[in-house]
Amino acid sequence: MKKISLLLLVVLLGMLLLSSCGGQQDSIYFLNFKPESAAIYDEIARAYKNETGVSLRVVTAASGTYEQTLKSEIGKTDAPVIFQINGPVGYTAWKDYCLNLKDTAIYRHLSDKSMAITDGDGVYGIPYVVEGYGIIYNKKIMNAYFALQNRGTSFQSVEEVNSFVELKALVEDMTAHKSELGIDGVFAATSLKSGEDWRWQTHLANVPMYYEFLDENVDLTKPETYKNVLFSYADRYKAIFDLYLNNSTTDPKLLGTKQVADSMAEFALGKCAMVQNGNWAYAQIADVSGNTVKEEDVGFMPIYIGVSEEESQGLCIGTENYFAINKNADPKKQEEALAFLEWLFTSETGKQYVSKKLDFIAPFDTFTDSEKPSDPLGREVNEWLNREETYSIPWVFTVFPSQNFKSDFGAALLQYAQGNKSWEEVKSLFVNRWAQEYASLQN
Amino acid sequence: MQKTLKRYFPIFVAPTLLAFLIAFAIPFIMGIYLSFTKFTTVTNAQFVGLYNYKQIFTAGDHFLHALWFTVKFTVVSTITVNVIAFCLALLLTKGLRGTHFFRTVFFMPNLIGGIVLGYIWQLIINGFLSGLGVDITYSANYGFWGLVLLTNWQLVGYMMIIYIAGLQNISKEMYEAASIDGARPMQVLRHITLPLVMPSITICFFLTLTNSFKMFDQNYALTAGAPGRETSMLALDIFQTFYGSVGSEGIGQAKAVIFFILVALLAGIQLYFTRKREVDV
Repeated sequence: MKKISLLLLVVLLGMLLLSSCGGQQDSIYFLNFKPESAAIYDEIARAYKNETGVSLRVVTAASGTYEQTLKSEIGKTDAPVIFQINGPVGYTAWKDYCLNLKDTAIYRHLSDKSMAITDGDGVYGIPYVVEGYGIIYNKKIMNAYFALQNRGTSFQSVEEVNSFVELKALVEDMTAHKSELGIDGVFAATSLKSGEDWRWQTHLANVPMYYEFLDENVDLTKPETYKNVLFSYADRYKAIFDLYLNNSTTDPKLLGTKQVADSMAEFALGKCAMVQNGNWAYAQIADVSGNTVKEEDVGFMPIYIGVSEEESQGLCIGTENYFAINKNADPKKQEEALAFLEWLFTSETGKQYVSKKLDFIAPFDTFTDSEKPSDPLGREVNEWLNREETYSIPWVFTVFPSQNFKSDFGAALLQYAQGNKSWEEVKSLFVNRWAQEYASLQN
Repeated sequence: MQKTLKRYFPIFVAPTLLAFLIAFAIPFIMGIYLSFTKFTTVTNAQFVGLYNYKQIFTAGDHFLHALWFTVKFTVVSTITVNVIAFCLALLLTKGLRGTHFFRTVFFMPNLIGGIVLGYIWQLIINGFLSGLGVDITYSANYGFWGLVLLTNWQLVGYMMIIYIAGLQNISKEMYEAASIDGARPMQVLRHITLPLVMPSITICFFLTLTNSFKMFDQNYALTAGAPGRETSMLALDIFQTFYGSVGSEGIGQAKAVIFFILVALLAGIQLYFTRKREVDV
């Protein structure tokens, strides 16, 4: 009897032990941020294993849950070796875990060193993809408008529109002729459902904040220079936001349940002529069934908000994707991880995956012009980036203090759209919440 | 016999005890400790004393608003759920045609998960509100009543089953005696049915109370706090604090500890009343 009970105990303990070490300890653990690239990373992992024999384990966090996943994963014994941070604010949260990457090959190959996340002398985050956003338009509908006899403007092409005043004139006249153009509205729905409002509370807000930071001589590497903001271009934000709302496919009171996918579908089905989004959204346009927008009909124009000398403004181009290496991981693993990143961005095979499959505009000097992305929006971003006569707006929203700040601002925008909040209230909420969140960030 | 029991005691208790320690006791103690720290992950915590607790009660934090909203919601939904469930139970014990069919129908919504239910009701409510040219995010009142409606939909069936069981336990002789004495239906309900289903009422009352108080998924799926954070209940507010701002994980944790105390208080009161009833009946 005693023997049986002992045996039982041993079996039980054995099961416990087994279940606790189920992970593959010998592989490099990469916690991926981009769900849309998950399948391609698996392919890359197989290719890397074939070439080098080192196995890479890619785990992808579900959309919008990266911080949560990282929080629980990085506390484990088998923690991610490669993870990503979303900018200076992300670095503040994860600085105890970021390895100094100053002497790595991947940093040496970074074309613009100022893009990296630095702290004092150290380099802690390396951007791996450059993305751009602006107003995506449908050339077919635009040409249909330019061919109208009774139109109220004299523009011959979208290229002639390079200020807010001109954009407003164009859009409002297009709205007046929307039945002739066969569209429901010029702009796709201003998706303001909570969690789906990042195009406004983050991306659009980037433009006025960029100009404010210029005026105030803000140094993005020094949080004390922007822990309080004025939102001095709030009226310009309001102007472009009103333009979106008033010339939209959707009544402003019904925006609280609209998602980004709804807006992209409207654009893909030709129900609207313009939508504000970035090059990553091309897949969302191309994959909509019944899509009427051809690849060559998709174009990009900058978001003009009506500041002086904005004629030479370009797209908003930057990144919020930075690779970081886990400081607490085994040094051998760290080396392997860096070797993998170097392989991905410098070897022929790796570069093929990056430019052809992942469709990344990679900011490394190892990429030649022929190795640029193949989708039309990615090409446009690249083209705008290289235009001599225009300047790009960097992504300053990476210093927006927190997700809660963005969510609250987004919620206030919705209430403004519904007529339940005045613009003054929205503006003061922006300023106050910014200050509060920075105060709690620094404590 | 005693000896054998003693000998096997560790084998029978050890697995459960181990599970209890790993899944409950250790996280719980860690959780309380973390509420006094600033942390990003559970392994890099720094002690900050009562800072997190002070932060909860400073102006600008949504905790008190969420608490008030939760209390309002709990009161309204506890009353409506129990009244409706009791009325349905009365109806469905009258021996009407299709009784069994309807019992199943009313019980069904309880089998659907909260997130799914939340999204389904969001569609339905928005469908109706689009007649007014708005949606559920337009006003906190829409969100509030939407939540009440959803909770009723989900809980009424379950509570109804408990009430039916209680009603069926009342012996027929009581009713016979009452009707011979000439009691009117309202008098029967007031003086016979209600006192005799009191145990069921207590159970249902506290089940709905704690369910509504701790609600998360339905709240998350139906309104996610919109407009603004006006319809965030306690659990959702804790979630938003914990994951929404860099550096406020500790504050979220402190809120969770307060939340635990409130729920434990509710459960304690419930236990007290249920025990008292057990003696009575």
